[in-house]
Amino acid sequence: MGNEKEYIAIFDSHRELIDKPCARLLNTERAKALEIFKSSGFPGPKEENWLHTNVAKRFATDYGMNLGRVMAETGSHDIFICDVPNLNTHKAYIVNDSFRAADNKGKSLPQGVILDSLNEIAKKNPTLLEPYYNRLAGDGDSIAQFNTTFTQDGIVLYIPKNTTVEETIQIVALLQSNVEMMSNRRLLIILEENSKASLLLCDHSSLQKQTLSTQVTEIFIGRGASLDMYEVEETALTNTRLGHIFVHQDRDSRFKHSNITLTNGFTRNYVEVRLEGEGAETSINGLAIGDKKQHIDNRTIVDHKVSHCTSNELYKYILDEESTGVFAGRMLIRPGAQHSVSEQTNRNLCLTSCAHMYAQPQLEIYADDVKCSHGSTVGQLDENALFYMQQRGVPADEARHLLMYAFAGEVIEHIGIEALRDRLHMLVEKRFRGELNRCKGCNLCK
Amino acid sequence: MENLLEIKNLHATIDGKEILKGINLTVKAGEVHAIMGPNGSGKSTLSNVLVGHPAYTVTEGEVIYKGKNLLELAPEDRSHEGLFLSFQYPVEIPGVSITNFMRAAVNAKRQYLGLEPMNATEFLKMMREKRALVNLDSKLANRSVNEGFSGGEKKRNEIFQMAVLEPTLSILDETDSGLDIDALRIVAEGVNKLKREDTSSIVITHYQRLLDYIKPDIVHVLYNGKIVKTAGPELVMELEERGYDWIKNEN
Amino acid sequence: MKKKNSLLKKLANKAYEFGFVSKIKTDIIETGLNEDTVRLISEKKNEPEWLLEFRLQAYRHWLTLDMPTWAHLEIPSIDYQAISYYADPLKKNKENKNKEIDPELMKTFEKLGIPLEERLALSGTAVDAVMDSVSVKTTFKEELKEKGIIFCSMSEAIQEYPDLVRQYLGTVVNYRDNFYAALNTAVFSDGSFVYIPKGVRCPMELSTYFRINAANTGQFERTLIVADDDSYVSYLEGCTAPMRDENQLHAAIVEIVVMENAEVKYSTVQNWYPGDAEGKGGVYNFVTKRGDCRGRNSKLSWTQVETGSAITWKYPSCILRGDNSQGEFYSVALTNNYQQADTGTKMIHLGKNTRSTIISKGISAGKSQNSYRGLVRVSKNADGARNYSQCDSLLLGDKCGAHTFPYMDIHNNSAIVEHEATTSKISEDQLFYCNQRGIGTEEAIGLIVNGYAKEVLNKLPMEFAIEAQKLLSVSLEGAVG
Repeated sequence: MGNEKEYIAIFDSHRELIDKPCARLLNTERAKALEIFKSSGFPGPKEENWLHTNVAKRFATDYGMNLGRVMAETGSHDIFICDVPNLNTHKAYIVNDSFRAADNKGKSLPQGVILDSLNEIAKKNPTLLEPYYNRLAGDGDSIAQFNTTFTQDGIVLYIPKNTTVEETIQIVALLQSNVEMMSNRRLLIILEENSKASLLLCDHSSLQKQTLSTQVTEIFIGRGASLDMYEVEETALTNTRLGHIFVHQDRDSRFKHSNITLTNGFTRNYVEVRLEGEGAETSINGLAIGDKKQHIDNRTIVDHKVSHCTSNELYKYILDEESTGVFAGRMLIRPGAQHSVSEQTNRNLCLTSCAHMYAQPQLEIYADDVKCSHGSTVGQLDENALFYMQQRGVPADEARHLLMYAFAGEVIEHIGIEALRDRLHMLVEKRFRGELNRCKGCNLCK
Repeated sequence: MENLLEIKNLHATIDGKEILKGINLTVKAGEVHAIMGPNGSGKSTLSNVLVGHPAYTVTEGEVIYKGKNLLELAPEDRSHEGLFLSFQYPVEIPGVSITNFMRAAVNAKRQYLGLEPMNATEFLKMMREKRALVNLDSKLANRSVNEGFSGGEKKRNEIFQMAVLEPTLSILDETDSGLDIDALRIVAEGVNKLKREDTSSIVITHYQRLLDYIKPDIVHVLYNGKIVKTAGPELVMELEERGYDWIKNEN
Repeated sequence: MKKKNSLLKKLANKAYEFGFVSKIKTDIIETGLNEDTVRLISEKKNEPEWLLEFRLQAYRHWLTLDMPTWAHLEIPSIDYQAISYYADPLKKNKENKNKEIDPELMKTFEKLGIPLEERLALSGTAVDAVMDSVSVKTTFKEELKEKGIIFCSMSEAIQEYPDLVRQYLGTVVNYRDNFYAALNTAVFSDGSFVYIPKGVRCPMELSTYFRINAANTGQFERTLIVADDDSYVSYLEGCTAPMRDENQLHAAIVEIVVMENAEVKYSTVQNWYPGDAEGKGGVYNFVTKRGDCRGRNSKLSWTQVETGSAITWKYPSCILRGDNSQGEFYSVALTNNYQQADTGTKMIHLGKNTRSTIISKGISAGKSQNSYRGLVRVSKNADGARNYSQCDSLLLGDKCGAHTFPYMDIHNNSAIVEHEATTSKISEDQLFYCNQRGIGTEEAIGLIVNGYAKEVLNKLPMEFAIEAQKLLSVSLEGAVG
């Protein structure tokens, strides 16, 4: 292993450059994370949490890192629209790792809501972010530490107490570069007591060059607050996405997360939900569609730290050609977390003999008065159903698409926004038919 | 006739809340008592307290059963002494067959009475006879206790167990709830067949319909944790006609 | 008002029934492990050169390994130099090749309910009794021989059937497999050897009874079962150990070869000393068990009832190599007090239309930790593979842990693999219902636990099943509260 040494060397020789444009809060945490990363390095291929996903190798490419904060000269956000038909959203962009405001045509968010550059807000109002920034990711794995070490900007979304944001907030994240490039993004989402919001995150990358993004998202959901969060990944085979989501839920809060991997290269999503207050509810769902040599690894932890919390989890994979799926879902019921209800379902379809699925649902239970279950299956489409449809005149291929579509549908149905559901149904159907997803008026797709 | 059960000024609480507020009731050998009353009056609490459910606390009063202080006995010993409760909601026990369950119950009782355990042949013969008595399907007997049973099957299984254990005092707690008229008749017939001169029953019910089949000697109305009226069987008809409101108004 | 759980509280602790020590003269070699120890063991057993070489290779490989740490177990560090690797309770009689059996030894096995005199034996069961490192007696050998069945101690097999042993030994569990497999291969002392010839159905249950007696010794037995084409055998294994304050190490290997159309049933009732209620003492049970279903239509079925040992690390596995071969794993693992268990199976589907079933029932009580860990792998060429896994956990009390770690690695699109897991507890309602019907709490728990485990207990041969039922109830005494 030498990769981590190279990155540490880059850091050491550019420290001033990295620190200079950044808020003190980012730099303080950066120093702590660096020490942890130095001692741990990248995860090895035999580490239990990284089985089947050799992440160190992904860092071997000689990526460019925009440490000097040179702004990409194209106004990418003007050409990359990523509209969801029939859905009005309040938009913001992250191009590579920098926040870019969007033209929301005069619309404004409710009073007190902040949707802005993480770095700028950390400079302007450090006391607001101090109780939150890196408070969850600080305990994260070495990739999360890597992100904290190198990150210079991202987005902060802050919703004050008793505030409901009616319109969906859409964050379009875009990787764009003419050279091999890495970006380390950071999202910080804070919902105070009894606030409510829904968030759509669209992840895209340019098609030609090798790109890698680490993205650490920390989410704090206050007492009685509610967040719906939908992530759609439509990147390219050349992309590596290493995403972390850390969620802290207070009493009676609600969190709903759906992660849809439509197209990608090498993806690892880590979701950790800490249920810290009684009565908290969480629902995390995922749909992964893989073909070619795509690699999709979803790892989740739902940590029931206190009693009377509920968690639900549904992850589905459809793997075609030579794609690889990894799912590891851990449900942890801590001592004393009585009356926890936790249910996890993982269903996987392998369509070819070159597709690989590794499933690892895990229960770790230290309290007796709980209701916990998990189920995991790997199988194929129902041959009787295929034949039945064929007998009624549906061509075999069409029948297969219909069944795959139905299989995927269960996850999409968890999405609370109708327009987005429709959009995803359409995208998934197109995806199965092998058509590229194109949104109107988007230069990238033309 | 001898007093089988004497309840004197019984007070009981659950989670600190007083439900029974001074019950007085005497059951003689051979009698059938009906306890009626509106929802929430304490009927189920009374039956649970009598069989020693740990969720309830007796705060005052005494219960003498067969001359013994009933409240000092463990629930299983109360059972061995011939006290049987047909539960309003019979519990499911996955993986434990009714046969094994009853064998354990019968032999525990025999041990308590200083008898040898029943041998397997004898036991199975007895099970067959009792099954016939209450028309319990033999297939049901091989299944796990109450698991996946319909409401009627669960109640019939309760009466079957009553037949096997031959109680001296049986308490039927809302045995009619959730039963259609056919199931009700079968259950009631079972109870009547099991009635002997020296055994007594307390039938707890909200409606009169079960009492069309099981004729009570004495009828009590329980309201707000106390027995507010005691009369002969004619009270059943009166309650059916007038409802419970006049009772509530009088108290 | 009675507190919640109060019904669960009144159980008293009952002593481990098999915890007595036998005063038997035992030939124990000095503690410590080096190449000379390996040579000494081999020499004591008068082994051929190839076997010594095999042991030495394993020993040298072992030196390069570390104890595995991936299991959900807290294993105190073990000083492998403080263990004696060979203890022989038989008196040597140089003139006579057959060793004489100490009458004390006969008594020990009788106390354990394992009579070594054939006339007293359980009907239809042949027994190989292993005390510490050495097989002391095998019953019904002659009757079995008439059918061509070989059932003897491993030491004897090495002398009498060296070619057979050499052909199969180490072909299912390579010494490179893991730390304890390497250790066992280097120092294994005795165990059972079974060979069922083509077309023979073994007319009686074969059984090995393991007993650790001597202090500071490890037991490293090695069992090899070969079922040739069209044969059948049912094999039972039972284990106990005395109560000692220090921990004892048991690192065994069981290898099973199942040829075309053959079937092997392997049942274990493991009741090594679990340590006391404070977690002191007890056996470390680190065992590698694996069967290779080499032939078409072969079948291997593992059934285990694990109630003993301070720490259990054990994954009886099936390599489903032959087309249409079948593997089964039925397990009840009960942990109480400070016991820890990490047990499960591996089903490796290599052949076409292979089938596997996993039924695991974990029961955790006291302050114990109980984990199921299992792998189902369907390789690229295993068309039509099917697996069904059901892993349930029952928790008694809120100080214990129950964990489920299944791994599914699927590399073939025609596979159907299903895994389900649930957790439950014994409810107060269930206990009270039993109480009302006159069944005491302790007995009620026994009933409910046995009901919960029934699916697995049903797979055991009759006499074993009854033993196992009792064992479950006894092991839970003092469990809850």
